[in-house]
Amino acid sequence: MTTTVSPPPERAPGRPRRRRRTTDRGLNRAFRWVAVGAGVLILAVLAAVAVFLLQQAWPALTAGSDELAASVPRYPDDTSLLEYVGPLVFGTLLAAALALALATPVAMGIALFISHYAPRRLAQVLGYLVDLLAAVPSVIYGLWGIFVLGPAALPVWEWLGSWLGWFPLFAGPVSPTSRVLATVAVVLAVMILPIITAVAREVFLQTPKLHEEAALALGATRWEMVRTAVLPFGRSGVISAAMLGLGRALGETMAVLMILSPGFLYSFKILDSAQQQTIAAYIALDFPEASGLAVNTLIATGLVLFVITLAVNMGARAIVARRKEFSGAN
Amino acid sequence: MAQRIDVKDLNIYYGDFLAVQDVSMTIDPKSVTAFIGPSGCGKSTFLRTLNRMHEVIPGARVEGTVEMEGVDLYGDDIDPVAVRRNVGMVFQRPNPFPTMSIRDNVLAGVKLNNHRISRSDADELVESSLRGANLWNEVKDRLERPGSSLSGGQQQRLCIARAIAVRPQVLLMDEPCSALDPISTLAIEDLIGELKQDYTIVIVTHNMQQAARVSDRTAFFNIAGTGKPGRLIEMNETSTIFSTPAEQATEDYVSGRFG
Repeated sequence: MTTTVSPPPERAPGRPRRRRRTTDRGLNRAFRWVAVGAGVLILAVLAAVAVFLLQQAWPALTAGSDELAASVPRYPDDTSLLEYVGPLVFGTLLAAALALALATPVAMGIALFISHYAPRRLAQVLGYLVDLLAAVPSVIYGLWGIFVLGPAALPVWEWLGSWLGWFPLFAGPVSPTSRVLATVAVVLAVMILPIITAVAREVFLQTPKLHEEAALALGATRWEMVRTAVLPFGRSGVISAAMLGLGRALGETMAVLMILSPGFLYSFKILDSAQQQTIAAYIALDFPEASGLAVNTLIATGLVLFVITLAVNMGARAIVARRKEFSGAN
Repeated sequence: MAQRIDVKDLNIYYGDFLAVQDVSMTIDPKSVTAFIGPSGCGKSTFLRTLNRMHEVIPGARVEGTVEMEGVDLYGDDIDPVAVRRNVGMVFQRPNPFPTMSIRDNVLAGVKLNNHRISRSDADELVESSLRGANLWNEVKDRLERPGSSLSGGQQQRLCIARAIAVRPQVLLMDEPCSALDPISTLAIEDLIGELKQDYTIVIVTHNMQQAARVSDRTAFFNIAGTGKPGRLIEMNETSTIFSTPAEQATEDYVSGRFG
């Protein structure tokens, strides 16, 4: 999800190029060009995507609301494009935030178990299994969400609705189809679990032995050692891991599309159907039947998603960079 | 405060590998005992059995007994966590918690022990511990700064303050000065001299002059060869070890003929 762009190496100024005879020099130069080329390619692709989105979204961005209402299906009258995209952004952020809230504690638990509790062999197996979760295609997650998780979670949703209905998220009515944002959030949480776990595990494993021993020698139990030495050391790493997961949850299309019964409301009701929709699922759903200005409108929503995801990833980068100060290298 | 340690017939294993063989010794309360010997002779390993820190390494185990005032540290009903609360440790490299302030570093052990400590008690403890480690005057104006902002020698004294803040019976030091410059080393050595008023101190050192300067009794460990277990060769008053040792190997080592 992240892109690392390194500045191309500078050429020594004013030095005339000499012909180098040895193959070693040749290889060196070839490697340099490959490396620079790869770096430039990333930039070019990113720029091409941005240009494409802007260019294609432009007609929708500049069109009046009457024009949009006339040519885009289900476009309400007297609504600006921003007002139109608003609920989609809301739905996208809500789904991703819920998924993140569910996945992060579990991922940290798994990562800590693998790095500090499990016997070495079990830890390895468990690590592979978690990585395998990442290999399951999202279509499969969608089917699983509809046929397995949905029915299984329905009693839980009903329980939440009847006992915690006063809480905005769980306000009724509870949809008997289970094709609601709550189910989507659980599926998304499972999907982003592997990446958060993998990054958190690596960070926890890097905790200096010195600090762990310092805690143990003070009479810390295993949990206290984790709390005093491992968690403070890994905190910013876990934050950036969560940001990576968030990036994936924001862009996930297929699972949401298959499970969620969509709506276009600013609604916190995650147990009712036809309340929210995410940008990615919305585009995938409407694109096959769209034409003309409707396509431009869809692409404009895509542009919004692009900007959100980019912002999240840059946020993660910034946090990772800040981590250097706390790395504990003394 | 200080307590006497009796070690009897101690064998230390890593898995099947016998690392240290057949050590018996008595460590007197309120004294400084130094362990010297060449690298890999098992003195650090042995030191870590005195607070069960060697158990951090998977497969490590001991045979024999380590008794503190008659209580076997390896008894079935003894929790290693409780042992480590009684036997503090200072490591080779200073290791203050990097994300904590100086103040929080000193209080880290106390907070671990689940004591709810009032603000004024905490302030008092921070001051007394830092004074105990001869660090108070240098850091009293910046207690909220990170521990890693201090110099190496100051960090090591911070670690000592952190260790004595939990009021241990015994203080183990594993080459506490090997990463420090001579001035900082001197500060730590002076501190060791003061700490022995209250604590039983055991120090591992590669520096024989240091052992001669700070310790009351010295134990010399040696190893017969690679893959062989380390052994306690002899233990005596420090002055005796450095002037008229009973064993030829000890004399060779302290006179600089090997090691």
